[in-house]
Order: sequence, then C-alpha cells, then structure tokens
Amino acid sequence: MATNEVTPNTKKIQVRRFKPEEYPDKHYLNEETGLRAWLTTVDHKKIGLMYFGSITLFFFVGGLLAILLRTELFTPAQTFMDADTYNQVFTLHGAIMVFFFLVPAVPAVLGNFILPLQLGAKDVAFPRLNLASYYIYVLGAVITLIAILGGGIDTGWTFYTPYSTSTDGNILLMTFGVFVLGFSSILTGLNFIVTIHKMRAPGLTWNKLPLFQWSLYATSIIQILATPVLAITVLLLTMERALSIGIFDPALGGDPVLYQHFFWFYSHPAVYIMIVPGFGIISEIISTFSKKIIFGYWAIALSSLAIAFIGFFVWGHHMFTAGQSSLANMVFSFLTFLVGIPTGIKIFNWLATMYRGSIDLKTPMLYTLAFLFLFTIGGFTGIMVGALSVDIHLHDTYYVVAHFHYVMMGGMVFAFLGGIHYWWPKMFGKMYNELLAKIASVTLFIGFNLTFLPQFVMGSQGMPRRYFNYIEQFQPFHQLSTIGAYVMLAAFLTMAGYFAYSLRKGTKAKANPWGSRALEWQTESPAPLHNFHHIPVIVNAPYDYHKPMSEFQLGVAASHNGHHAEEAVNVDTIKKEQA
Amino acid sequence: MLPPQKSTLAESTDALFHFINITSLILLIGITIAIVFFSWKYRRKSEDDITPVISHNSKLEITWSVIPLILVMIVFGWGFTSYLNLKTPPDDAYEIRVVGKSWLWEFHYNTGHVSVNELHVPVDRPVKLVMSSDDVIHSLYIPDFRVKMDVLPNRYTSIWFEATETGESIIFCTEYCGNAHSRMLANTIVHEQEDFITWLESGGSADDDMEPAELGEQLIVRNACNTCHSTDGSALVGPSFQGLWMAEREMEDGETVTADENYIRESILEPNAKVSAGFQAVMPTYAGTLNDRQIDAIIEYIKTLE
Repeated sequence: MATNEVTPNTKKIQVRRFKPEEYPDKHYLNEETGLRAWLTTVDHKKIGLMYFGSITLFFFVGGLLAILLRTELFTPAQTFMDADTYNQVFTLHGAIMVFFFLVPAVPAVLGNFILPLQLGAKDVAFPRLNLASYYIYVLGAVITLIAILGGGIDTGWTFYTPYSTSTDGNILLMTFGVFVLGFSSILTGLNFIVTIHKMRAPGLTWNKLPLFQWSLYATSIIQILATPVLAITVLLLTMERALSIGIFDPALGGDPVLYQHFFWFYSHPAVYIMIVPGFGIISEIISTFSKKIIFGYWAIALSSLAIAFIGFFVWGHHMFTAGQSSLANMVFSFLTFLVGIPTGIKIFNWLATMYRGSIDLKTPMLYTLAFLFLFTIGGFTGIMVGALSVDIHLHDTYYVVAHFHYVMMGGMVFAFLGGIHYWWPKMFGKMYNELLAKIASVTLFIGFNLTFLPQFVMGSQGMPRRYFNYIEQFQPFHQLSTIGAYVMLAAFLTMAGYFAYSLRKGTKAKANPWGSRALEWQTESPAPLHNFHHIPVIVNAPYDYHKPMSEFQLGVAASHNGHHAEEAVNVDTIKKEQA
Repeated sequence: MLPPQKSTLAESTDALFHFINITSLILLIGITIAIVFFSWKYRRKSEDDITPVISHNSKLEITWSVIPLILVMIVFGWGFTSYLNLKTPPDDAYEIRVVGKSWLWEFHYNTGHVSVNELHVPVDRPVKLVMSSDDVIHSLYIPDFRVKMDVLPNRYTSIWFEATETGESIIFCTEYCGNAHSRMLANTIVHEQEDFITWLESGGSADDDMEPAELGEQLIVRNACNTCHSTDGSALVGPSFQGLWMAEREMEDGETVTADENYIRESILEPNAKVSAGFQAVMPTYAGTLNDRQIDAIIEYIKTLE
C-alpha cells in the first residue's frame, strides 16, 4: 500500500468513502443556464465545451477544404478550380488545421475539462484567465476569418518569404490573427502549470500524478516558451510588409532563410504541443481498458519532458535543402534521431501494459490501438526523412505530406477521438451508440490509410507537394487518395450523427462506465458544477488496478455537505476488508 | 517504389531508403502482431478480472531503449556520409549556371548559350549546377538523380551529379512559388559526350533552316512562354496569344494599345512596361535570352494565331 510514512510534517486526515451518485439531477450543465451564463462562465468544464464547439467547427471547415483539394487532384489538370483557387485552398487547409484545430484541441478541450477533475481541484488556478484564453482564441479566429474572406492568401501555411511579402492578399491580417491566437495558447499553458503545482488534492504527490497530467505539464512548458517566438516572427513579417524594413526580403537587404529559422523554431515544438497531450490520453485509455497498472510509469512521464526539451533543438530538419550549412544539417539530423527514442519507449511501454491485462475493445480502446499502429508508421517515416541523404530526395514531396498526416491525424486526431469517446459520459452524462462508434472508427482507419499510404509511394517516386497540376504517372495514386478522403468523410459524418443523437436521446451514463481508477471517474456523470461534493484524498498511485475501487473514492470525512453520513467508513476498516 | 537510378549518387540514397524501410517494416509487423495477439489472448473475461502488478522491468526497458538508439545512430551515420558525397562535387565538374524565375528555368553554359527549361548535360561526367533565383525561393529537384536544392534570391546554392545513362529526366520546382509553381517543369537531356559538344557548339539548335513562323512555334515551347500564355484563347497567368495580333487591348492604366510588332517586342524585353488589364505584372524579361531573330520568329508565329 503506497501510504506515506508518518513524519513530523504529515497531518493525519480522517477520510471516508464518497461513492458518486448515479444519474444526478443537478450538474454543471444545468446548475447555471442561459446564454449569458455560458458566455461569462468561469467553469473550466463549460469553457472546455465552448472550445470543443469551436475546434469541431474549424475541423469541419479544414476538412471540407481537404475534400475540395483532393477532389481537384482527381485529374492531373484542372478539374473544377483554377490554380489560384487551389493554392488558396491548400494554404487555408493547413493554416486552419494547424492553428485552429491541432494546437488547441487536446489541451483546450480535454485538458480544460479533465485536468482539474483529475487533480481533485474545483477549477484551474485562474478561472477568469481561462475564459480570457477562450475569447482571445475567438478573436484570433475572427480576424483570420476576415482575412480569408478578403482572399488571396496562397503562400502555404508556412508563409515563406520572399513570396509572402511580395504577393497580394491579406497576409498581414492573417498573420495578425495568428499573433492574437498565440496568446490563447500561452495563457492556457500558464494556467495549467500553476494548477498542477498548486491545486492537487491532498495525497496527490508528484509520483502519483496521472500521466495525462504529466503530458499536459510538458506541453504547457512548450506552449509558454515557443509561442512567443511565433509572435515575434509574425510581428517581424508584418513590420517588413508594412514598413518596408529589410529583415527577410533580399530586395530590402534581408535573408529569406532567416525567416525559415524563426518560423520553424516555433513550429517544430508546436508539433509536440499537438502530440504530447495525445500521448497522455493513450496512457489513460490503455490502462483503463486493460484494467492494468501502466508499465514504466516514470519512463513515460519523463519521456514527455525529454521530448519537450530535445524538441526545441531540431527545427532545422525542416530545412535540409534550404541552403543551411552541412554542419547545421548534421547537428539537426543527429538531434532529430535522438528525439525519436523517448517516443519509441512509450510505444513499447503501452504494449507492455496490455500484456496479461484484461482487455476490453470498447471504442476508446479501438482508437488507441489504431493510434499505436498509425503513429508508429508516422514515427518510422520521420526517421526516413531525418536521414540526410534520403531527405534530399524526399523533401517537399508527398512523402513528407504522408509522414505528417500519419503523426498529426493518425496520431493526434485518433488520440483526440479516443479521448472524446472515453470522456464523453463524464462530459455529457450520456452514452453513444457503441456499435456505430466502432463502425465509424474502423471506417476512419481504412479511409485514412487509403488516403495517405499511396502518398508515401508517389512521394518516393518524386511527386512534389503543393502541386495543382501533376504528370500523368501519378494519377492512380491521387485517385486512390481522393477516394480515401471521401471514406473518411463518411466516417466523420457518422460520428457527428451518433454524437448528436447521444446528446438528445442517448442512454444515461453511469458515473464510471469504464471501471477506471482515475479520479475524474469518482465523481458524478455529468460532473457536478464544482467537480466534487467533497475534498478528494489520494492514497494510491493512479493505475493501481489491483486495489479496490473504494480506495479511489476517498475524501476528507468532514468535507461533505452532510449527506450519506451512514456511509462513513474508516480507512483502516477498508484495509481489513481487503486483506 | 523509387525512380530509376540515373546518377552515380542514386544507389547510396536508395540503399539507405531500403534499409530504413525493411527495418521499420519488421518492427511494425512485430508491434502489430503484439497489438492483435494481446487483444485476443488477454481479452476481458469478466469485470472482476485481476491483472498482475507489472510496473516495470529494467532489463527489458534498457534493451528497448539501447537497440533503437543503436539503430538510429546507424541510420544517422549512413545518411550523413552519403550526404557528404552529395554535397561535394569533384574538382573537375562541368559547371552550368542555373537561374530560376517564376515560372521557368534558365540554363547558362560556359559558351554563353542559354537554354530555357532544358538542361543539356553529358553522360558519365560530373556536372555542377550553380543556382540562384531572380525573385522568390524556388527549388530544383531531379528525382532520377536524387538531387534537390533550394534556389535562393540572395546567394548561390549548388548541387552536383554524374548522369549514368543517356535519355531524359524530369526536373520539378519543389518550393511553392505561386500560381504556376506546378507548371515550372524542365527536362534534363543527357547526351553522349560527343553529342553534347556538338549541341553546345551549334548554339544549341538547328534553327537556321526553319520557316520563321515554325521556328516561332518551337521557341514558344522551348522558352516556356506557353506556361503562361495559351494558344487556344484561354487566359492563364497571361493573356492568350490567339487573336492577339493587331488587336486593340486595354492596359492596367487605362491606356489602349494595338498589339503590333513593337508591342510584342516590348512585351518580351520589358514585360512590365505595359500590363494588360486584368492581369498581373509577373512576367520575367527575356532580354539576353532571346535574340532579335528569335523575337522576329515569335512575332511571325503569333500572326498565324487567328
């Protein structure tokens, strides 16, 4: 039993068990109602849901752009849009997906919702700041939307100079939107770090911190350190365009490759902002659905920090053909290979967790298993493009496009979907149709591979990316890829369907439908307005499935509002029962 | 999965590619088998299942940290040494100057000859391309040779290769550069060594005994005019040549001009002096690339496009 030794500094707390009520009448969704209550809420759960609505909207817009793009690419020449339109479509697809979906999704939606619950806190450290983060996100989105409607943005989501400083279009406004958006990310990171440090429930020591928390902690560090560099980059770009100061534009005496260094210094750590919380979700789901202690807890926790750290030093691997020195290329390639090792360790640890577990293939677990497969492919193909000589051939081809979709979509999106399906009952108190969910997940998996596997092949054969026209030999690959995109669309539409139905008419969920030991499941579904009706007390490590559920439902005995007094039980009594 | 190997550099790139593929495939299959096997063998029997407390295993964890580390270090070392070879041209490499400009490639040879969108090289001889851009960042990529390098506006970059067989290989621009990025293609033509010398000495073309209009039609293609100007009436980046001759055209500044010989000549040498209404000032100049006889031929050809 992982109790702390009694030292002079420890306090003795009288605890008792607080079993969560099933099908509560009052919860966070109906305790404060009305539009005004939502728009001015400081409840992290409602803020998480508002983010959920926004990023889902952006995901569908970005996805629609992808469908348009892939439909155009069904034939080698013009299918239904001209080159200018196509170039704008791929730019917007990238910019919307990266800035408005991928970067915020897991931290702002699932992080916001689950972090305080899982820590046993009533909310985050700075609830009003949390709401401000959301509104800053909305402001950034609105500014960007106006820029998009103004048209003409065709630089790719990377805005490389000098093309981006010389072309027409609302580049200034768009980059300003991204500038504003960055602050949302920074403030959320700040909030999470303080919350994890200062607001853990009694007994929740660092060595008992759930892995989702570790991953959010590592992500928050990256958010705070890297995002300001993006802000500066965008500011410099704006100054150059508006004031004709030469920073990146050679015609004004600047250096275009300098822009790439600035841009990627943020954008590479950004991809770890996207994936590291996803890793945290995988740890939670795999342990719950294997009903087994996580294998290698410290290895997984510390590897997230290692990835965050090393991830700041590899940005140059996006620039192997940009004209930087061979020495730079060598250093970046070397460090890039190092950053792959902590990730590989996680994959093995997760598999080892499944070994001799009690595996239940519910939908969250299906997404998790799909993640293990797809992210591994993404990782190995990352090794491929990290190798200098091979990257000379593969850079700026569809091989890279396939690689990052495997890690971003096969990895992050599948982890996110796993998390949504896992925590849905906690968020809404409803279940969704399990059969439809399974079918959608398998359809998505098939559609995803159909879309992106052919892209590895045609990339190796030389098919460049960001190409409106292409030579005939690549047509079969493009057509397979387009068909795959439509299969994915079908899966997402199915998902939207059963989730909408679940909200209206879904079966009511139990407090802990998955039998998880995690703290967020030891309170009602949907969660109460202030998360718990008592002060939770942590006694065990987070994945101790060999301990009875009752030991994860302990709270300070005097902290409840007086109900269920007959259930007051001593910790010692519980221990005796179990012996 | 890879293009044909047409340079001396291709083999080592391909060898590493195959090594990574095979190693990754073996590991992927292992992981997949584990996923499927564990999901089946350890499927849940009841909600009261008890699982063993296996929190870590130092030997296993060290093994699966050290072996991948060794593997990636091998890949790094291999990639780096091959890369050094890619980066280091032999001292006697034959130099060709390359200029990338939206949206065509110019190749300048040491005899002063210039070819547009056609890179002529001798077989079995190292060739070094010294490259720069006149406008935005482009990137020159020859898949068959496994070479690629960005082409920058403020300095020179270079690549080298030695072609191993005669024939043609496509060149792509692989850094997004605007509207016609995907049409900025060129062709590498690998000659036998004597044929290359002949080609170079003849100024690169047997133009003299061709009819002007016919020569003009060839020049339109060879100099990439057709990347931006159609001959069938459709408006691309630039106006169509069809019906251009002696037409009254309105310019961006409101002025109306007649598309006569002088207009066409000025458009070729100083393209942004007059910009047709509804189009952008993006055409690069051909001053220094096309001589007067070639301009005459182009004008004759345009006259034939009713």
